[in-house]
Amino acid sequence: MGRMRIEEEFMGYPRADGTVGVRNHVLVLPSVICSSHTSRRIAQGIKGAVALYNEHGCGHIGKDYHRTLRTMIGMGTNPNVHSVLVVGLGCEQVIPYELADEIRKTGKRVEVLVMQDEHGVRNTIKKGRQVLRSLVEEASKSERIPISVDRLIIGTECGGSDAMSGVSANPAMGKAVDLIVGKGGRAILSETPEFIGAEHVLARRGADVEVGSETLRIVKAVEDLAKSAGEDIRGAQPSPGNMSGGLTTIEEKSLGCIHKGGTSAVNHVYDYAESVRCAGLSIMDTTGDDIRSISGMVAGGAQIILFSTGRGTPAGCAIAPVIKISSNTRAYLNMKDCIDINAGTIIEGAETTGMVGERIYGLLVKVASGRRTKAEILGQNDFAIDRILPTI
Amino acid sequence: MLDKAYIVHNIEDNVGIAIKDLNADQLVSCASAQFHEKTIRLKNDIPFGHKFALSPIVLDGKIIRYGECIGLATANIAAGEHVHVHNVKSARCHEE
Repeated sequence: MGRMRIEEEFMGYPRADGTVGVRNHVLVLPSVICSSHTSRRIAQGIKGAVALYNEHGCGHIGKDYHRTLRTMIGMGTNPNVHSVLVVGLGCEQVIPYELADEIRKTGKRVEVLVMQDEHGVRNTIKKGRQVLRSLVEEASKSERIPISVDRLIIGTECGGSDAMSGVSANPAMGKAVDLIVGKGGRAILSETPEFIGAEHVLARRGADVEVGSETLRIVKAVEDLAKSAGEDIRGAQPSPGNMSGGLTTIEEKSLGCIHKGGTSAVNHVYDYAESVRCAGLSIMDTTGDDIRSISGMVAGGAQIILFSTGRGTPAGCAIAPVIKISSNTRAYLNMKDCIDINAGTIIEGAETTGMVGERIYGLLVKVASGRRTKAEILGQNDFAIDRILPTI
Repeated sequence: MLDKAYIVHNIEDNVGIAIKDLNADQLVSCASAQFHEKTIRLKNDIPFGHKFALSPIVLDGKIIRYGECIGLATANIAAGEHVHVHNVKSARCHEE
């Protein structure tokens, strides 16, 4: 059987700040929930433009404010975004002009409209659509050029997992991530709650002592948070359903989850939505909620997300392609409009983990060059910020 | 040719994962031949997704999957025997 060719290049959009996009979106970015609906109406029907639905931007305190702002800035600065129209209300906590200034540091064109200054919704929509059309006209002139795969930042995620996720989809995804990292690319392992029980393995893979202790610290923080709400995460794992599926211990379950990040050394631990600058594999401290975790990694600069699923989910991202990989053929056939690759062939004995890993890598490069994922075709413009403090 | 009945994730592993429901006394071979070439005679019924020992594991010996320790044997386990909660304990929960 002939081995697949491991592609070295993809066709991407070079950006002024030296990053490379795999998409060329013009982003309508509401600075607050109050301008989210208007933002959607501005983008409606304009091809090449996409609006986030932002449920946040006001009533934040302390570190929750900084994390929210960082996520919004990160969505604007992501290399998949060509230019940005910030739409504000005018009295919100996140100041639209400051948000725009932060994004402009990348060299992107950023326009701002504030609803209270534009005399209402209808005027803002009218003016917004004019501005947006001109941004899209400009974006359309961008051309893809050959780029080395080492410029890719790949986020990893799993959701709707089943007992086979750790057998087929996650190990195969891990092979693809190892290939990317081996080529000099960057990858992010996310979802801190799923490290519980295997954090010692991850910590041991830390490039230095500090990375190891950071890994242990973020896991302990999740456990302590649950304990403060009266819940013991560790004691309840693996669940009875996990056990009947064949999982024996919590470390086995978590090892199956973290396998989606492959086997490389962990070079850094990033906070949620922090810019991922470190080569190789990093950890990002995100929640187990798919959309919040994906949004954090994309805000951190990921251009593509690899996503394994046992049950099947439509999850996508407004500005980054999400490649979905099913752990079993039944889920693939059941949710075919959501899933890009079936790793169920591994449990049928038809393919090895390595073969599926190479297939995932092959699709990853094609998607980087413009092929649309199922989530993109469905128009899954998902976005959510993981909040850490209540709204005041 | 024997049915490819189980997979092994890593060359260090001492357990295989059933990729179909398997029966006691069945002779099975591995779908991931690069990690495990031998055939194994099963000692118990092994449900889909469950584990069995590829080689004998002694009491307190490590259960290795993904090349990592996923627990410790609470009994001597023979090759081909079902490996699960009845003969394995978490190494994490017991060290704290």
